[in-house]
Amino acid sequence: MLEVIRTIPIEYYVYLSSVLFCIGVFGVLVRRNAIVVLMSIELMLNAVNLLLAAFSTYLSNAQGQIMVFFIMVVAAAEAAVGLGILVMIFRNTKSTDISLLDRLRN
Amino acid sequence: MTLAIFLTLAVVSVIFALIVVFTKNPVHSVLFLILTFFTIAAQYVLLNAQFLAIVNIIVYAGAIMVLFLFVLMLLNLNKETEPQKSVGWKIAAGIASGMLLLTLVGALKGTVQIPIPAESNSQIGLVKNLGRVLFTEFVVPFEIAGILFLAAMVGAVMVGKRDLKR
Repeated sequence: MLEVIRTIPIEYYVYLSSVLFCIGVFGVLVRRNAIVVLMSIELMLNAVNLLLAAFSTYLSNAQGQIMVFFIMVVAAAEAAVGLGILVMIFRNTKSTDISLLDRLRN
Repeated sequence: MTLAIFLTLAVVSVIFALIVVFTKNPVHSVLFLILTFFTIAAQYVLLNAQFLAIVNIIVYAGAIMVLFLFVLMLLNLNKETEPQKSVGWKIAAGIASGMLLLTLVGALKGTVQIPIPAESNSQIGLVKNLGRVLFTEFVVPFEIAGILFLAAMVGAVMVGKRDLKR
C-alpha cells in the first residue's frame, strides 16, 4: 500500500485543489490580457486534474487517471484554437485586451 | 516524511500560482505557470501516478506552455503594454473568488471520507495498467479524442490564416 494513502488525508488534496481553482478563478476575473486569462483557465483545469488523480489513487481505480488524460487532450485542443483566435484578434485590433472585445456585441 | 513533502509542494504550488496571477509581466506569468505544473507533476509522482506525471510535464510544460510563450513573443507583449483593471474591479474579483473558496471548503469539510482500504493496488498509475484500460474500456473516447485533435488543428490553421482568398 502506498505511503501517501496512510499518511495524508484525502481532504488535504480537496483543500489544495480548491485553493488552486480559486486562484484560477481570481485570475480570470482580474486580468485583462486574454493570454493570461487562458493561462488561468489552464490552472483551474490542473487543479481539477490533481483532485481526480488523488481520488483515483485513493480508490485504486484507474478510470480517474484516464479522465485526467482526456482533460489534458481537451486542454491542448482548447489552447491551440484559443491562441489562434487570439492571434487573429491581435492582427485586427493590435491588442489582447479582452475589454475591447465587447464590440462583438454590435 | 510524505506529509512534509506534500505540504511543501502544496505551499510552493500555491505561491507560484499566486505569482502567475499577480505579476504584471505576462512572460513571468508563463514561466511561473510552468513551475506550478512541475510541482503538480511532483504531486502525481507522490500519488504513484507516474504516467500522468510524465504526460503533465511533456504536454503541459513542454507543449502548451511553449505555445503560450511563442504567442507572447510573437505579439511582443510586455509590462508596458499590459492592460490593468481598476482597483474596484480587483477588490470585487478578490471578494468573489474568496467567497467561492469559502463556499467550497465549507461545503466539502468533513464530507469526504474514504476508509483506508484493507488492500489497495498501488500499480494502477503505471503505464502498463493505464494503457491496458485506455485501449480496452476507453478505446472509443480515445479515437474520438483523435478526431477532436484533427478538428482543432484544422480550426487553428483556418483561424490563423492571413487571408482566405483562394
